[in-house]
Amino acid sequence: MSDAVTTRRSRRQSRGPYGRLGSALNELDDRVGVAKGGRSFLDKIFPDHWSFMLGEIALYSFVVVLVTGVFLTLYYVPSQAIVTYHGSYLPLDGTSMTEAYASTVNLSFAVRAGLLMRQMHHWSADIFIGAIVVHMARVFFTGAFRKPRELNWTIGVTLLTLAIVNGFLGYSLPDDLVSGTGIRIAYSIILSVPLVGTYLAFFIFGGNFPGTAVIPRFFILHVLIVPALIVGLVGAHLFLLVRQKHTQFPGEGRTERNVVGSPMFPVFMAKTTGFMLIVAGVTALLGAFAQINPIWQFGPYEAARISYAVQPDWYMAFLDGALRIFPSWSFHSFGYTIPFEVTIPAVVFPGLLFGLAYAWPAIERRVTHDNALHNLLDRPSSRPKRTAAGVAVLAMLSMLFIASSTDVIANFFHVSLNTVLWTMRILVLVSPFVAYPIGYFIAKEIHATRGGGRRKTVNVVQRTASGEYVATPAPAYGDDVASELAPTPVPTFITPPEAVPPTDPGTRTVDR
Amino acid sequence: MSQMSEHRTPVSIQGLAADDPHLAPAARHPRLVERVIALNFVVGLVLVIGFGACYWVNAAPWTLGATMGGGLFFLGVGLVAWGKYLMPRGPFVEERHPLASDEVERDAFAAAIVERGGGVVKRRKVLGGLLGGGLGAFGIVALFPLLRSLGPLPKGTLFHTDWRSGTFAVDSTGRRVSVGELAIGSIMTVFPEGLENTDRGQAVDQTILIRISNENFVTQKGRETWAPMGYLAYSKLCTHLGCPVGLYEQQLQLLVCPCHQSMFNATNGAIPEFGPAPRPLPQLPLYIDAQGYVRAQSDYHEPVGPGFWERS
Repeated sequence: MSDAVTTRRSRRQSRGPYGRLGSALNELDDRVGVAKGGRSFLDKIFPDHWSFMLGEIALYSFVVVLVTGVFLTLYYVPSQAIVTYHGSYLPLDGTSMTEAYASTVNLSFAVRAGLLMRQMHHWSADIFIGAIVVHMARVFFTGAFRKPRELNWTIGVTLLTLAIVNGFLGYSLPDDLVSGTGIRIAYSIILSVPLVGTYLAFFIFGGNFPGTAVIPRFFILHVLIVPALIVGLVGAHLFLLVRQKHTQFPGEGRTERNVVGSPMFPVFMAKTTGFMLIVAGVTALLGAFAQINPIWQFGPYEAARISYAVQPDWYMAFLDGALRIFPSWSFHSFGYTIPFEVTIPAVVFPGLLFGLAYAWPAIERRVTHDNALHNLLDRPSSRPKRTAAGVAVLAMLSMLFIASSTDVIANFFHVSLNTVLWTMRILVLVSPFVAYPIGYFIAKEIHATRGGGRRKTVNVVQRTASGEYVATPAPAYGDDVASELAPTPVPTFITPPEAVPPTDPGTRTVDR
Repeated sequence: MSQMSEHRTPVSIQGLAADDPHLAPAARHPRLVERVIALNFVVGLVLVIGFGACYWVNAAPWTLGATMGGGLFFLGVGLVAWGKYLMPRGPFVEERHPLASDEVERDAFAAAIVERGGGVVKRRKVLGGLLGGGLGAFGIVALFPLLRSLGPLPKGTLFHTDWRSGTFAVDSTGRRVSVGELAIGSIMTVFPEGLENTDRGQAVDQTILIRISNENFVTQKGRETWAPMGYLAYSKLCTHLGCPVGLYEQQLQLLVCPCHQSMFNATNGAIPEFGPAPRPLPQLPLYIDAQGYVRAQSDYHEPVGPGFWERS
């Protein structure tokens, strides 16, 4: 028995049953104390429901945005200095353009994987905002914003605002013909603010439009200031999520006082990491196969040129639609002008919309006088008024979204622009009032139906040797809970069915 | 039946026996699922290596995206399936502990702030006021000069363009426009001479020139001499949001803004006939000099472009 062997064995023994990793964790625990908190973090339970994945899409597409964005900053030049293009994209050869545009064309064509990264960046930004909106709808319709989670709702609305702002800033950076027109519209919207509009516009643009400051300023806002705010708020959002624990839908064994689901490690970690890879993979596939924002086809921005069917990214479309259909009501008085035709659709309306979103938890609490803590989610059908209100707002926003392509619709369907304009005006105003009662009554009906919103019990009906039919439960699977597995007895028709016990005044039994 | 519901009852993950059914995989056929997951991982691995190869040989961008995206996708699907079907099925339960502290701690916290802090401030009101005043003043002082250095004050710059009496109208290459330039019913964009390549010339002074007839054309009362030989000039900035009014509907003689479809009647002083624009496009008074060049009589008589507060 050599000395070396005993040393190795004794060293192994001194490490304890968990080997190198265990001793490393012990060393760490000696210094910062990770064992207790780490253990409870690994044991943390996450409820399972497909709709809880929507926020994850937002989070992971934000990761993709960050990674691809870092790649782009290595090649993009935030400068409005005029250069003459002599790059690998021949149709633009000899054109004079800003360095911003030239570097964007260059990174699309001359940098390896540059085009893929740019397309992924744009796609994931669009997906990011889309996922936020859908996640927000989930939180709204299930009442997840109620006490104690009002603060996280507020952070979420702020995140949506910042994401839209940063999306617009990033969309502007290539300085192509379409995005430059967008910047001009943004300038005019800022200009329309009463009293301080001209000062605001001049301070943001460093003088009259376009100046030479807007691209470098948008750049630093886009890559540093707004992302820093988003990262910080996402951190706060997730911290609150962990601290307050996730909400869950009602079900067997689920109460206001517990969480039922999968543990953080390994189940949730495996699923969520895999999901991150899927989100990144799908974004890369979109970047590979679905062209987005081909700026080399639009050409560089020149203030006196314009392209047909100019439309912003999807999340700006509701504003563009509002600007298109609002009447030309300019207000002049006492030697001053308030351009209502711009201020109301592009400043007041989004202000009210986001103000309503911020205020909703307080509004609802004032109406319901409900000051209790809620950890169990509502089914949307069990809160018909809230559901209908959400549907009404979404209906109006959808109509505004459609209104952002009035010219394309008129061309496509060969109807006059005037018809489309008036149709959209009427639809925008009427749709919430139609959507509210429809949403309300559908929700009421679903709620009144017995077992509405629940999975139907799965039966396996077997015939015995004596000719008797017996229902047995189907094998348990996935999220099944025991009470849902009890089989429905096979009807015999020999004895009359038991009389239905009198139901609550609020419920109704539907014959099937 | 009873055994099954026992399995499906949520339990705490802490202190479970190793053979507890809650720790069994959710899949009914774990071996099969394992093979499917392995297949996903193999495909993912091959595609990820393919991504490296495509990058190495500088293949077309779509191959990069296809290999990378496909690789990440299959690895992700495999990992999700692993978590969903081969890891402990649960369900597990965890108690929520109330976040709120008890009354004693709440009171102590509030008391510490109100009594301790309030005592300090109340006893030294002058000091507190001075400190607050100093920091407040710093905030105001820091905010305003900072804002001020961001850009010049608007002053009168929004009220004027660079068109002056006698300014030559030139095209985007700087060539002067003469009277034979345009056929009836055609348009072009013109700039004040010397400014055709500048930001301001392009963004503010851009003007649309229309040849509407062969003789002097009157668009409105008081503008009798503004359109000699049928040459009409309007600001190209839409009065809605400042997009270039770049389209000309020749038959209806409408100038159309492609951004939000405002339409202006070219024959009638460019009054808006459709869309959200609230005001006519300002008209530039023109004359034709002895050599036949198109020149401006003066600047526009009103501010061009979208509305703003100080505009009367």
